[in-house]
Amino acid sequence: MSQADLRLPQRGMGATSRRDAWWLEPLIVFLVLSAFIVYTTWAAFQGVNYFASQGGAHYLSPFYSPLLYGQNGEPYWIGLAPPSWWPAWSPFAFSPAFLILAGPALMRFTCYYYRGAYYKAFWLDPPSCAVGEPRKSYIGERRFPLIMQNVHRYVFYPAAAFVIVLAWDAIQATRFVQEDGTTRFGIGLGTVVLALNAFLLGGYTFGCHCARHQIGGYLNSLARRPIRAKCYGCVSALNRRHMTWAWISLFWVALTDVYVRLVAQDIITDPRILF
Amino acid sequence: MTEARDATFRIWRGDHATGAFRDYRTRVTHGMVVLDAVHQVQSESAPDLACRWNCKAGKCGSCSAEINGRPRLMCMTRLETLDLDQPVTVEPLRAFPSIRDLVTDVSWNFRVKAKIPPFRPRTPDAPDGTWRIDQADVERVQEFRKCIECFLCQDVCHVLRDHHKHDEFAGPRHFVYQAALDMHPLDVEERLRQVKDENGIGYCNITRCCTKVCPEHIAITDNAIIPLKERVVDEFYDPLTRLFRIFRAKRKSDRMDGRPEPDASALPPKGAP
Repeated sequence: MSQADLRLPQRGMGATSRRDAWWLEPLIVFLVLSAFIVYTTWAAFQGVNYFASQGGAHYLSPFYSPLLYGQNGEPYWIGLAPPSWWPAWSPFAFSPAFLILAGPALMRFTCYYYRGAYYKAFWLDPPSCAVGEPRKSYIGERRFPLIMQNVHRYVFYPAAAFVIVLAWDAIQATRFVQEDGTTRFGIGLGTVVLALNAFLLGGYTFGCHCARHQIGGYLNSLARRPIRAKCYGCVSALNRRHMTWAWISLFWVALTDVYVRLVAQDIITDPRILF
Repeated sequence: MTEARDATFRIWRGDHATGAFRDYRTRVTHGMVVLDAVHQVQSESAPDLACRWNCKAGKCGSCSAEINGRPRLMCMTRLETLDLDQPVTVEPLRAFPSIRDLVTDVSWNFRVKAKIPPFRPRTPDAPDGTWRIDQADVERVQEFRKCIECFLCQDVCHVLRDHHKHDEFAGPRHFVYQAALDMHPLDVEERLRQVKDENGIGYCNITRCCTKVCPEHIAITDNAIIPLKERVVDEFYDPLTRLFRIFRAKRKSDRMDGRPEPDASALPPKGAP
């Protein structure tokens, strides 16, 4: 690199000639992400009301899916909760959400879009474009700890599997068990909410920059690989709206959990059509 | 703004050591851009005001400045888009030293660019020394060729602007240049170690400010920097990719669809793509 004797002045925190409300975007990001983290943590600690079976429904909160350990009547994968290996000295009660939430959380934490957003909103690095910063030192993502963000591709694969599981949950939400034990196909508001959740999370996950690289971005020539070129085109199309997918899916996954909780507690009645 | 009116321009006067904003009032009319107003101030009240410009069409990248704190081309910023009830601030790029008034010394960029290995094509495809490329493969790198080297992206990048990492970080403009070369379907040069070590792509924390200010609307972050970051991960950080490479020799030749690297004796002279 060329040695530079630039003698540039250091500008202080917030120093800028910008006239617009540059602080508004990072503030909104800070508030929305903080609210999401607080709500997710609260929902994970609850350990109850994550499965709504009123009227034979099959609505499972996305914060608890896949449900590895659950109660009788719930669609658990492995066994009854709490599992025998769960430490008795654990300071908090067992919640199946603890076992799976790290997957989607790490996907968002290492996501290229969110990284830029929360570096600005939470770390003020920078607070906004062309606005002075509070710190003089800077290591970026070049050294520990932020060099670990390069693990993003390894959290993409589990996150993609989660989307498939959530899509399966949405399909299951079309099955309504009757009092005589038979199952009828139907569509409830919960079915629509869960299906939209899987769709939006799919749009976010399969449009990530890591998926774009893996599907064909690492190649310089795709012309002789038409299927791969088509896939790369599709992922690139999703990727162009990655920010939009990220925020809508974040909002919707929380709303889905809220909806399932409200139905599970009989606070609202799920409207549905059975065929 | 449909009628002529007076407006105040708060212009930086001075060099990198000393300087201050000075207010100039001038009459502006419909259709004028900031560069027009600066020229008018020059002719009316500040003949010694230094300002670099050339094409006045947004294609030479000379008149880069910060207008109301935002890095922009003066020739492409219409006065209708600004609030003329308040003084319009015009100042030089802040990531580079000011020579005088609105003129900055951007020569550092050219010294960095000179160190990037140039285009090196593979062995010619045909006996007459020519190559065959599919249009679909060309389109990806053509986006990067739109760069006019206005250096607005360099100016807004906080790694250069606030942290002054000019000795360790090349900046978005040079990652666009390296992406144009590295993703070219004919190129066989290895540049990823330079991208990682010498040009410090790890310093980029993806603020997307460079993309927002690009007057050519190049998706710098999504199409150049992040793909280069992913290639660096492939090459240096991902243990599975490295293991896989042992069996498949996944290096530059693999990214080129398995075509062979050139025989050094058969190479044409180095040059721009």
